[in-house]
Amino acid sequence: MALLRLVPDDTKFRFMWLRKVSFPLAIVLGLASIALFSTVGLNLGIDFKGGTIIELKTDGPADVSAIRSSLGELNLGDVQVQQFGNPDEVLVRVEEQPGGELAQQAVVANIRDVFAEQKVEFRRVEVVGPSVSEELARAGTLAVAVSLLAILIYIWVRFEWQFALGAILTTFNDVIVTIGLFVVLQLDFSLSSIAAVLTIIGYSLNDTVVVYDRIRENLRRYKKMSLSELLDLSINETLSRTTMTSLTTLLALLALWIFGGEVIRSFTLAMIFGVVIGTYSSIFLAAPFLILFNLRPDGKSSGDAGEDEGTEEPAPASA
Amino acid sequence: MLYFARWKITLIVLTVLAGVVFTLPNFFSSKTLEAWPSFLPKGQMVLGLDLQGGAYLLYEVDREDYVQKRLKTLVGDIRNALREQPRIGYTGLGVQGQSAQVRIRDLDRLDDARTRLQGLVNPLVNSVFGGQQLNEFDVTLSDDGLARFTYTEQGLEQRLGSIVQQSIEVIRRRVDEIGTTEPNIQRQGADRILVEAPGESDPERLKDLVGQTAQLTFHMVDTSMSGEQALQSRPPVGTRVLYSVDDPPVPYLVEDAPLLSGEDLVDASVSFDQRTNEPVVNFRFNTAGARKFGLITQQNVNKPFAIVLDDEVISAPVIREPITGGSGQISGNFTVEGANDLAVLLRAGALPAKLTVIEERSIGPGLGADSIEAGKLAAIIALVLVVGFMVAAYGLLGIIANIALVANLFLIFASLTILGSTLTLPGVAGIVLTMGMAVDANVLIYERIREETRNGRSVISAIDAGFSRALGTILDANITTLIAAVILFQLGSGPVRGFAVTLAVGIFTTVFSAFTFTRLLVAFWVRRRRPSTLPI
Repeated sequence: MALLRLVPDDTKFRFMWLRKVSFPLAIVLGLASIALFSTVGLNLGIDFKGGTIIELKTDGPADVSAIRSSLGELNLGDVQVQQFGNPDEVLVRVEEQPGGELAQQAVVANIRDVFAEQKVEFRRVEVVGPSVSEELARAGTLAVAVSLLAILIYIWVRFEWQFALGAILTTFNDVIVTIGLFVVLQLDFSLSSIAAVLTIIGYSLNDTVVVYDRIRENLRRYKKMSLSELLDLSINETLSRTTMTSLTTLLALLALWIFGGEVIRSFTLAMIFGVVIGTYSSIFLAAPFLILFNLRPDGKSSGDAGEDEGTEEPAPASA
Repeated sequence: MLYFARWKITLIVLTVLAGVVFTLPNFFSSKTLEAWPSFLPKGQMVLGLDLQGGAYLLYEVDREDYVQKRLKTLVGDIRNALREQPRIGYTGLGVQGQSAQVRIRDLDRLDDARTRLQGLVNPLVNSVFGGQQLNEFDVTLSDDGLARFTYTEQGLEQRLGSIVQQSIEVIRRRVDEIGTTEPNIQRQGADRILVEAPGESDPERLKDLVGQTAQLTFHMVDTSMSGEQALQSRPPVGTRVLYSVDDPPVPYLVEDAPLLSGEDLVDASVSFDQRTNEPVVNFRFNTAGARKFGLITQQNVNKPFAIVLDDEVISAPVIREPITGGSGQISGNFTVEGANDLAVLLRAGALPAKLTVIEERSIGPGLGADSIEAGKLAAIIALVLVVGFMVAAYGLLGIIANIALVANLFLIFASLTILGSTLTLPGVAGIVLTMGMAVDANVLIYERIREETRNGRSVISAIDAGFSRALGTILDANITTLIAAVILFQLGSGPVRGFAVTLAVGIFTTVFSAFTFTRLLVAFWVRRRRPSTLPI
């Protein structure tokens, strides 16, 4: 049986040479994301901004504009009405009302009154008051920061500082670009988006660590090879695995995106994007960073790094 | 790497079998499970509110409201204390922001005043501080006669703590009465209460029932002037105007001090008025309440009194004859459900303080069912795609990886079932994601084996090297994801937490199934077939 090969054996792509393209590209993408983030801003969901979300199912196709105009009469400030999945499903978003927690609760009651005489199913009602949204925003930011830090520490313990820094910069790039995607598509940024971002952090590192593991192993094996050659070799050796894994993960996520329902669609979309960007960055950014940090000065034979590792490294990979 | 001791084989196989056995109950209805022999496990995964529908309500004790109410009572107590014989002259008694204050006029009797005022402060015993005595209020009395009562930080915290405890009990009684299955009512932080009611399809009614203070009081109606008149002029001292629940509301002039309150009730139930056939709420007082009620009705025949619930008049009947039996009836144009709910509220008692909803998430049963269907479909399609891909890429070893994947899924489901953790929609996403990432461990191993063969190793030694060299990488790669999952668990609530749990569980089962189960299967295959070339 002829087996599927995504990448032929013994590829010899010169990835290090490509860093002349990939670094500027990463910087441009990162800066663009930061610029968008600070000008346009995230489309923060009610988890972080407070407010109300109501998902309705109408009897027959929904008349979005009629719903919009009847809700407009309630004077609730910014009210968005959009079709959500099937034609008879509608999502209503109401911004946070001035006047504290009780004012948010009044919104739901008012909207229920509007539809009291129609056959409308309230499929989902979510109300987040000002105090909770503030706490969630703080907790969310903290979670992303703490997990980046925790992972930095882990990599630092397991590898050398150049690897740790490289892994964090790569991951940071992935997070920033993913947030850029949220800004560009104006996806609802909610608590589950934080979950997506954290998963992307985990996934992206997973990929990066596999490449780094191989680099570390090769550093011990080929003590005389120049660093850029050695990095090229390591990436080429792991290329088949990197693409295979990304593909199986993407297949699973695509199934989820298409069939998993409207509720988690933006969550899945963020993850799909994260897997793509994570794979890209572990190939084109993670390893080149090591050159930047002078992991093993080029041209020198048998650098100090090689000698240190043989004795100090507790990695099982050295078996 | 390819040799397994017999006990290891047994252990691995037993683990996988246990996974299957503990997962199975999830495929059957609870009815079918009842018929199973008792030695089989019957635990099923708990579905999150987003999958089975239900209401999630987070309440917060209204501190400000509580403090103001408490200060008001304190003002009353101060008045009484100073009026005791011999009276101490005072002025300016009232609530000032967060404190109550009074100015003593008889400056030469400050010491007596100090003793009386100090006597009003309830000592609180706080076990956290080793039984050290704390006061609810800080009392200051300056030489110019100004006394001020301010809530102490610890005093307020402790009061809030006991309010939360009491409220939880009241809420539990109320929620139990309306027959919600397995509600979860628990304290969150210092002053919050979480109410989760799985399957509740009418969150509005639940909110009405849980959030209502339900303080029932009986007041005499002041007949010296009508409610409208009192609104236009000024209500006489000791009375106030309350509105009725009717539409439009009718103002009633009632005496400030209640004659009786809901604390004196022992029972409440719904029946139907024989003449009008309308639902009414019957209530019964305890002995002390009954005596008081008898006395009051005796003295006030043919006068109206008001039955007041949370400052709204629900009924204002005229006392026709003394009621000595200790029971009465409220007829207030109720619907059957309204009367039922009122009876529930009266039986369960009043909340000690006002509660405010600060977060609400309710999912209708329709959406929950749709989400389950969508999740199932997505999971099956993802599985088919991944399985197909693995066979295409690795042939026979792909099939072994797929067997390991299925075992992995059983282990995930079994772990979730045993841990009793809640499966949410993001949790389903976590499982689907794990399917994609689970094969990663196998991919790492197989790619390594391919490479080792290319480097000229024999089949068995390549397989051996493949497994042992990939292990470090697999561990490193999975621990980073595990770190993210743990942090996510700390941060998240409800659905997100469900995602974190499945992700974390998935990592453990993945490492186990790739490294133990797959290796066992490969070893078994190598021993049976003794392959001379690798099929990958």
